[in-house]
Amino acid sequence: MPIIHHPDDATLMSFAAGSLGEALSAVIASHIDLCPRCAAEVRQMEHVGAALFDGLKPTGMSSLTVASLLRHDVSVKAERTETEVAGGIVPGPLTRFVGADLDQIPWKRLGIGVWHYPLPLSPGVKGDLRLLKVAPGQAMPEHGHGGAELTLLLRGSYRDEVGTFRRGDVADLDEDVEHRPVASLDEGCICLIASEEKARFRGLMARLVQPLTGF
Amino acid sequence: MVQLASYTHVPVSACAHGMTSSTSMADLLQRVAESGDAEAFLKLFQSYAPRVKSYMIRQGADANTAEELAQETLMTVWRKAALYSGEKGSATTWIFTIARNLRIDRLRRETPWQELPDGHDEEASADPSPEELLSQKQRSARVKSALAELPADQHEVVLLSYIEGLSHSEIAERLQLPLGTVKSRMRLAYQKVREAVEDLR
Ligand SMILES: [Zn+2]
Repeated sequence: MPIIHHPDDATLMSFAAGSLGEALSAVIASHIDLCPRCAAEVRQMEHVGAALFDGLKPTGMSSLTVASLLRHDVSVKAERTETEVAGGIVPGPLTRFVGADLDQIPWKRLGIGVWHYPLPLSPGVKGDLRLLKVAPGQAMPEHGHGGAELTLLLRGSYRDEVGTFRRGDVADLDEDVEHRPVASLDEGCICLIASEEKARFRGLMARLVQPLTGF
Repeated sequence: MVQLASYTHVPVSACAHGMTSSTSMADLLQRVAESGDAEAFLKLFQSYAPRVKSYMIRQGADANTAEELAQETLMTVWRKAALYSGEKGSATTWIFTIARNLRIDRLRRETPWQELPDGHDEEASADPSPEELLSQKQRSARVKSALAELPADQHEVVLLSYIEGLSHSEIAERLQLPLGTVKSRMRLAYQKVREAVEDLR
């Protein structure tokens, strides 16, 4: 099944620019791991960044020498993480958190027919990143929409006013769009969901969740 | 690293800005990758470090931090040159992405989810042919002229996103614009760039 719903070009650009927050970036990185079209767009958008970067007026460096620079042992961050073989269930960039198998995730119950698995963000980072598993026919829990939100379907499907979302599809909705997706009747769905602000599950869900997780 | 000894007292200074020749830079990078050529690295350093420093300052770093991050960006170039395969991306794009990820890591203290384009996942050859280098050069020139021709309001949001490091909502706040307007200006700007390079893809 081809991917139909891609992130907004503006979201991809922000990712390429390095200006998209960590949680939202995790969703885009996972999407482009599954979507060659968007991977190519991001590459092109990086050329835009390079052109702007190249046009910057240089700022003189102090009188350093290359040799002293190279003697100074700066530890380099980890190399790119190993990507799982194509067709793996968990997108490559996520495997360092949850392994390669969605069935091995230690889900925590969030409410009736809804489970979640929060993913860590860097200390002090605003936002929210979690995997969500929703039982067949169950409505997705409502997040408080404060700021941008991205959802990537990883297994199964859901439907909302926009259409049907399947593996690899991304819902990149403006924050004022009210939507209430429902997981497919046959298999439910698992998705990766990120928001720019801290998630607040509303209504009944909030009352169920808040004492347990301290949202 | 031993062969660098003779450069110990060579001062590194800024060079003229703008329009880094992507072909010769790719060539220098290749020399660093293949033989750890310190002279080639020195030239890369002189060409790129002052611009990375400017980038970091625009992203909110103080001068000392910006200088450290510029050094570290170029150190990463030195260490990872072998990973760079002269692919369809130019040397400048590769270095930009290294600087971008370092900024996310150090200035924002977030985990960069962006991968560096290493060329391994593309159909490019490790040793770019003259045709590939030519199209890199053409693409870079066309991207630059497309950006130069953007209406001021579109250019502004693109610059704020890439160079000042602002999110869409921060740009909206800075410019007192609706979020949707910021996003549509970003999209329009990108459409023009895409049209300009369509036939090179
Ligand atoms: Zn896509």
